[in-house]
Amino acid sequence: MAIGGKIFWPLISEQINHTDNTMIAHTIFFYTFSLIAIISSILVIVSKNTVHSVFFLILDFISISCLFIMIGAEFLGMIMLIVYVGAVAVLFLFVVMMLNVAQQKNQWFESRVGYSHMPLGLIVGLVILLELIIVVGGWKYKPNLILTSSISIDQKVTNTHLIGNVLYTDYIHLFQLSGMILLVAMIGAIVLTFRKRSGIKRQSYTKQISRERIESVELVEVKTNEGVKIDD
Amino acid sequence: MFEYLNIIFLETYKILYLLIPILVSVAMIVWLDRRVWALVQKRRGPNVVGPFGLLQSLADALKYIFKEIIIPASANKTIFVLAPIITMTLALVSWAVIPFSETFVLSNINVGILYLFAISSLGVYGIIMGGWASNSKYPFLGSIRSAAQMVSYEVSIGIIIINVLLCVGSLNLSEIVLAQKKIWFVIPLFPMFVIFFISALAETNRPPFDLPEAEAELVAGYQTEYSGMMYAMFWLGEYANILLMCAMGSILFLGGWLPPTEMYPFVLIPSTLWMILKILFLFILFSLVKAIVPRYRYDQLMKLGWKIFLPLSLAYVIITASYLYYFDLLPTN
Repeated sequence: MAIGGKIFWPLISEQINHTDNTMIAHTIFFYTFSLIAIISSILVIVSKNTVHSVFFLILDFISISCLFIMIGAEFLGMIMLIVYVGAVAVLFLFVVMMLNVAQQKNQWFESRVGYSHMPLGLIVGLVILLELIIVVGGWKYKPNLILTSSISIDQKVTNTHLIGNVLYTDYIHLFQLSGMILLVAMIGAIVLTFRKRSGIKRQSYTKQISRERIESVELVEVKTNEGVKIDD
Repeated sequence: MFEYLNIIFLETYKILYLLIPILVSVAMIVWLDRRVWALVQKRRGPNVVGPFGLLQSLADALKYIFKEIIIPASANKTIFVLAPIITMTLALVSWAVIPFSETFVLSNINVGILYLFAISSLGVYGIIMGGWASNSKYPFLGSIRSAAQMVSYEVSIGIIIINVLLCVGSLNLSEIVLAQKKIWFVIPLFPMFVIFFISALAETNRPPFDLPEAEAELVAGYQTEYSGMMYAMFWLGEYANILLMCAMGSILFLGGWLPPTEMYPFVLIPSTLWMILKILFLFILFSLVKAIVPRYRYDQLMKLGWKIFLPLSLAYVIITASYLYYFDLLPTN
């Protein structure tokens, strides 16, 4: 019996004709993922349990990365999954779970004091709204934006190669600058939170391995009624 | 319309053709694991049910199915039920891109290795959700440990993957295998293979890194409150993940479905069988480690991940890149 041979493993030709049916399927998938994305992003804000809202945030990230994959930006979709869902959201969840949710809920939702964060929140919200308007406007009034860009999109080259070609040639300085900013931020975070605690026992592998019998075992003659003092 | 239905039918058939053997082999691999473990420690292991005890996993599964599923009163019920389902699903979903031979692959996508990496980094959610939703001390401690552990070892696995990708020049898993026709990457990148193997142990919560379920300290870690089929699903997901890591290791370093050389006795064995043999070889290494090595302490685990593996693998990226650049071996297309 041929395991995975040609008899049992049907080979479909790679090019599926884009008939109306496949386009319908594409549309159905698009609207499913976008609906999930929108509903879950609303639920992130609405749900009162913070852990639940982090889970909805994760669902949002996943459906958006599915949308990325659907438009052919497979590299971006995967990176989105790895960075946001695999690392950032885990740390989010980590922090949120450590907090006492019930107590916090009472403090935040039922207290009548502390509206000092309102102006800042309004400003941030306004900026995001403006950005959204700009994005939607750009898409609405310049539908053939992609034709005017200098990047040539060749269907045969995978978009990982394309992104690499653009990122490491034309935008190498910006790329390295953002890397430096991230490095500085990382070092800053470590410096701010690091504190060397004294009075705890630490393990040093080299010290343990390099320990010899001569320096660690000692024969002491104990005098009667005086004992011997160790650990000095 | 008929053509479209036909495609759906064929895809479903392919998925089932891949999934059912994987599920059966997960059950068999549990038996193999216990047997190897027992042999190392001079015990017999499961040898009663069926010939050589082969049906032991089946008996266990039957037992789990007929046990009652208990959901603790204070648990968050939705998330508590979702957690084992997510673990199991994610463990099975990633098999879609594993190539078993040149044609025997469910979906040959361009970013296969990134897909594998992404799905394996999602695996931590099942554990965190299970630990948190149980609303009890031991599971929560276990899940926090596991989150930190998996996030830190993913970093070194990612950098090891970069090492391999530098030599291949493509993210496609089939092309990664085909690039090893001349020489398996285990030879030039041997230190990376060792680090990958140890990181894979940590990533799948296997001993000596099974701190999330350290029975001496945490009862059973994140699985403490689970029972019946839900516990079995965690268990199956864990072993499916281990098999997946073995498959990933054999694709990245051991030449996937390729025989050692294209010579007479080796080419007789079909390529799928080579892949299965390599996965089994890595799995037996996994279970040997389980039997031999004592459990790490938590700070030692973190130290190993961040202070030893990360600098080592980063240094090896630089070495590989400079070697390839100097001898003009960088893959281009």
